[in-house]
Amino acid sequence: MPNKATPQRASKGARILPQWVSTTALLLPAYGWLTIAVFLPLLTMFLFSFMNKTPMGKAPIEFTLRHYRAFIDQPYLIKIATNTLLMGLWTTLACAILGFLAALALVRCTHGARRETLLILILLPFWTNGLVRVFSWTMVLRENGFLDNIWHWIAPAAGSIAILYSREAIVIGLVHGYLPYMILTCYIALVTIDDAIIEAAQSLGARWWVILTKILIPLAAPGLISGAVLTFVPVIGSFMEPRILGGKVGVTMGTVIEDQFTQAFNWPLGASLSFTLLAVTMAIFATFSGVLRRGTGGTA
Amino acid sequence: MSNFSRRDTLRLLSAAIAAVGASTALPARAAGGKITVLNWKGYGTDEAWSLEAFQKATGIEVVHDYFSSEAESLTKMRTNPGAYDVVLLNSARVSTAATEGLIEPADLSKVPNAADVNPDLLANPNFTIDGKGYAVPWVWGMTSIAAREGIAIASYKDLAAPAYADRFAMDDDAMIAVAMGALMTGQDINDPQDLPAITEALKSLKPNVKMLWSSEDQWNKSFAANEFDVSVFWSGGAVRSKRNAKLPVDFIVPTEGAIVWVDGLAMATDAPNPEGAAAFIDWMIDPKFYVEWATKVGAPASANAKALAALPADDLSAQVHKPEYMVSKNVMSAMPDERREAFNNLWQEVKAFYAE
Repeated sequence: MPNKATPQRASKGARILPQWVSTTALLLPAYGWLTIAVFLPLLTMFLFSFMNKTPMGKAPIEFTLRHYRAFIDQPYLIKIATNTLLMGLWTTLACAILGFLAALALVRCTHGARRETLLILILLPFWTNGLVRVFSWTMVLRENGFLDNIWHWIAPAAGSIAILYSREAIVIGLVHGYLPYMILTCYIALVTIDDAIIEAAQSLGARWWVILTKILIPLAAPGLISGAVLTFVPVIGSFMEPRILGGKVGVTMGTVIEDQFTQAFNWPLGASLSFTLLAVTMAIFATFSGVLRRGTGGTA
Repeated sequence: MSNFSRRDTLRLLSAAIAAVGASTALPARAAGGKITVLNWKGYGTDEAWSLEAFQKATGIEVVHDYFSSEAESLTKMRTNPGAYDVVLLNSARVSTAATEGLIEPADLSKVPNAADVNPDLLANPNFTIDGKGYAVPWVWGMTSIAAREGIAIASYKDLAAPAYADRFAMDDDAMIAVAMGALMTGQDINDPQDLPAITEALKSLKPNVKMLWSSEDQWNKSFAANEFDVSVFWSGGAVRSKRNAKLPVDFIVPTEGAIVWVDGLAMATDAPNPEGAAAFIDWMIDPKFYVEWATKVGAPASANAKALAALPADDLSAQVHKPEYMVSKNVMSAMPDERREAFNNLWQEVKAFYAE
């Protein structure tokens, strides 16, 4: 058999191209697209961040590092950055708790068609326009809004519970927008847990909180962590939710950067702030990289 | 990057259009009957009824090209020299266009209606550079105070009064905020020398600031929901809110004056039809056109005093845009990039303070 196979394989090998060619050909569309869509724009923005002004018109361009000193020259930016990171933290935490519980409910308490229907309902926020979602929240949260009116109806004497234009309102809007990521990643992690493990634990007398903290959370950690990354990174760069739901307290790194691009026409400063934010985010993930690696299954 | 490449695409496209336009422009010029206007879409110059009447009166056909941002209008002029006759320019853009040689000084002898334009405004350094008038002021508007009916504001300093605690809405616009701070502290709105004083003046409003609005729609929804009583707002927006949405709003100009913007009409350099361009500019600032535009469609205030006076007395826009508010020194001007950056940083700092 092997004797017969050898000439056949050789003749086939002569007709097809070397393996690296086909690998390259297969990868080229994806990497070419990544180069055009991700790498080149980022590189352009990186170059912009060293310019003294937005390259437009006939004015000469000089290279400068001063935009990277923004946090020193404008110390109020540090406060904004801290608030932004806190906003990201609260949003991620709320998403993690709600998302984990929702995914757990989906996995443990539903089956078949009903589960699929619920999954689609959870994904609905993804299908609606973000702006519509945020504006509908303003209708709910504002004074004499939906929530406030119900509250007045229940307790006419009590004061207003309107929380539009507050940090809480921003976090509510962000959680609504990013919760589906967390539910999906947790769902995928939880659905792979073998029922027999939980049954074994129950038969050995484990209470529900033991099962939750010793089995479910550790085994779902990869989902929780990738969900947290997927939530935290876009949240600290968000500008629409803070602007519309935050009113005057809605000043975040996202809105500061947006202002530089849309109002101030100062692309270099906007770009340098974006890259500083990117560096901070990467530093945070680097600090927790040990936890992340363990969580995403490095040692499992 | 996406913006950059889109701009390049636009540039290529408009160059191609210009090339086509240039090949067809010659016979049109020979007939002496065509001009090209560069303006925002739906901003007065392209009203069909007016263009028909203009063609009947002068035999000149008017075609339009539109821009969707002020920066784009300059780009279009740079990339299509000789393609346009009349261009619309905001007061803050005239000097840029003039120093780049994109527009030519206007020959006012061919624009008789310019005699009725406020001479103070005609001489404004935004329109007159080195003694030469580059653009004819056309329409104007203001940014000042809009308040719930019955509230009186005598000075911008009153905005910090405890009576309006948590009832004030500010315009989220760095140029407007700094200009208002300059008026509060008695400085030149275009070149204030004491920026720290402006920062302090704006910060003093913090207990009253309820929200920062960034679109007219947002202002209307929040005002209708009774979220604030007093705000910084546009004169045209206040007229629209009162006329269309029936909101109980009054537009108030305190003693320090309003922040004024002016749009002018200018003649492009190497215009194919300069005579036609002058005739069209004259037509546009004619009271007859303006009154019809303002009453039929709705328009900002005319820079022509006679045109403004010709409006019916019960016209809301005429009641709001009193000619005495059109103060030349309060017109927003062009400014160097460094100053613009300083203004933006100042406003960013104040916003961070409001957010604490």
